[in-house]
Amino acid sequence: MNIMKMRFVRIFASMCAAFVVITSMGAIEAQAVEKSYCYNYDYWGDVQDAPSSYSVSRVFTSADLGLEKKFSAPKGLTVAGDKIYVCDTGNNRIVVLSRPTPQTLEVDQIIDSIKGDVEVKELSSPQDVQVSEEGYIFIADTGNARILKVDPDLNYVMEFNKPDDNTLDPALVFQPTKLAIDTADRVYCIATGINKGLVKFEADGTFSGFIGATKVTYDWTDYIWKKFATQAQRALLESFVPTQYDNIYMDHEGFVYACTGSPDSEDIKSGEADVVRKLNLMGNDILVRNGEYEIIGDLYMGNGGGYQGASYFTDITCLDNDIYVCLDRNRGRLFGYDDQGKLVFAFGGNGNMDGYFRRPSAIDHMDYDLFVLDELDCAITLFTPTEFGELVYSAIDQFDLGEYDASEASWRKVMALDGNYDLAYIGIGRALLRQEKYKEAMDYFELKYDDENYSKAYKQYRKEWVEDHIVWIVIVILAMFLIPMAIGKRKALIYEIENADIFKYNKYGE
Amino acid sequence: MFDRLTKNESTKRYLKSLKFSLYCITHPLDGYWDLTHEKRGTIAAANTILFLTVLVRIIKLRYTSFIFNQVYWEDLNIFLYIASILFPLALWVVGNWALTTLFDGKGKLGQVYMATCYALVPYPLVQFPLMIFSNFVTVDEKEFYTVLSALTLVYAAILIVAAMGQIHEYSAGKNILFTVATLFAMLVMIFILMIFFSMITQGVAYFISIGKELLFRL
Repeated sequence: MNIMKMRFVRIFASMCAAFVVITSMGAIEAQAVEKSYCYNYDYWGDVQDAPSSYSVSRVFTSADLGLEKKFSAPKGLTVAGDKIYVCDTGNNRIVVLSRPTPQTLEVDQIIDSIKGDVEVKELSSPQDVQVSEEGYIFIADTGNARILKVDPDLNYVMEFNKPDDNTLDPALVFQPTKLAIDTADRVYCIATGINKGLVKFEADGTFSGFIGATKVTYDWTDYIWKKFATQAQRALLESFVPTQYDNIYMDHEGFVYACTGSPDSEDIKSGEADVVRKLNLMGNDILVRNGEYEIIGDLYMGNGGGYQGASYFTDITCLDNDIYVCLDRNRGRLFGYDDQGKLVFAFGGNGNMDGYFRRPSAIDHMDYDLFVLDELDCAITLFTPTEFGELVYSAIDQFDLGEYDASEASWRKVMALDGNYDLAYIGIGRALLRQEKYKEAMDYFELKYDDENYSKAYKQYRKEWVEDHIVWIVIVILAMFLIPMAIGKRKALIYEIENADIFKYNKYGE
Repeated sequence: MFDRLTKNESTKRYLKSLKFSLYCITHPLDGYWDLTHEKRGTIAAANTILFLTVLVRIIKLRYTSFIFNQVYWEDLNIFLYIASILFPLALWVVGNWALTTLFDGKGKLGQVYMATCYALVPYPLVQFPLMIFSNFVTVDEKEFYTVLSALTLVYAAILIVAAMGQIHEYSAGKNILFTVATLFAMLVMIFILMIFFSMITQGVAYFISIGKELLFRL
């Protein structure tokens, strides 16, 4: 009994020791890790430094472009064909730039008024511009409460005005901020104060409804609180309304990418509020979210450097290979996601150096080059893909084209440049899977914990294995049944012989 | 030599009691009654079962398919991991004994420990083959694993409750009442331990700061 007691004292002591370890573990605070310019998140959400996918090719300021009147709070940038349209909102004009060589931009045209049969010809705080395939220019003429459609020679064609809808407040002034137009010249727009989704106009100017309103998010404690609040208190509380989109982009397939940064940081982090959506014509969200983490930009929202909260996506653009790049106004970063919703690259930061921003407002792309407009710096930054970025893109393109050998080779080069790049492993695995090298593919998927793809490869591998070994499997199964049966039969036979009457007689010598 | 070992009286008893654990999990009420009242269980066998349980839990970390169990090796502390079984077990055993001994419980501390360990048998017994099985399934067949895995835990929990009822000679109602009470006792013990350690930490910090102060002044 005494020994027993001793043992328990010892066990209790070790328990206490373990407990000390547990409590002291919590005390060590997670130390902030210095991020490099370009980074990515691995399976565990750890920040992994990455080689730059993009590098700054040039920064164009007003002086570089030779503008007499400097940019003032420019809010919109659109690439159409080989032209770049910059909405110089503060100066009530649109500056059209051309790109004679990859490294230079030249002022092509300055639009501050339009021609034709219309009362107000001057633009007022234009915030966005889009160009249709036929060359018609659509201008979100925010200050004049209209969306203008003008022909390539700037002759007035028509305008889109405040939607004729009963649910809208009659006192509300129509302030269109961002536009998207489809191939049939239908206009989708975001307007200040309208939170029912995108305002959709038919090509003839009639209003045809709101599409793609965001989900309403609310805290259930707020909900209960509201039940008990008085009328006056309720009026002061925040109302549960859908958040407004910040920007939209029509991709090459006619889907609208919409982004917003306004939801509460906690809602963004928990995934309750979507900050990026891909809307089809019905306004349904069809964005693929197969990544390990939500499409929210930065996963960690510490207040380092005076910036806190979630990434604020102020603009979005989608490249021709379905990689979409979101622009974070909060920390001045760019986040590229692939068609599966996995982070391809993240880079940037706040500051005055080239490649850093003070308040980025718009992004667009020309092939794989990115143009980012900074509202405070009044400068356009041109990013071009680095060798690493080009390799990633070519690997993705080759895979989409069905050149799996080439894709595998490209991904291997990517992996050689960055061994911490999860997409490279999964890319090699997917290419191997298509080449029917299942066992090798499984190894790559297992390294980066891709269970879906692993299972696809394993299913095929298992099938092949069974087909190859079918003879042995049948033999083993038969043996499992036949051997015990034979043993049983033999025992029964021996028993029968030993107890047979003839032998019995003999045994007793009768 | 092995022959001599198996013929040894105490080894025989140990092996017999280990084998008896299999009878316990299939006939809980009868088995746990005999465990203490007929002295068919031994502490040695209980220790073995506990050791196997911890061992299987550790092996599972490495050899379960990554589909079911992704391990962040950088952050894994094996001693904490082992403690994650032993600590609740110790709390349960001490808490249960401390309560039942005041309310006509017939079980002694050692017997509570033994019976609880005997009830853990389904864990190593099922989880080990299940671990091997996990490497032969795809995501679509995930349910087979998760359901079986969850069942072993539920079964072990039922066995623990049944075992406590038998060794303390409690009726079903009283048994359930004391199971819940033991869970509360565990919470209370955790609470006291936390207070204890935070007090100690503060006390030590106080003297350290006095020492530092003195060193500065001198």
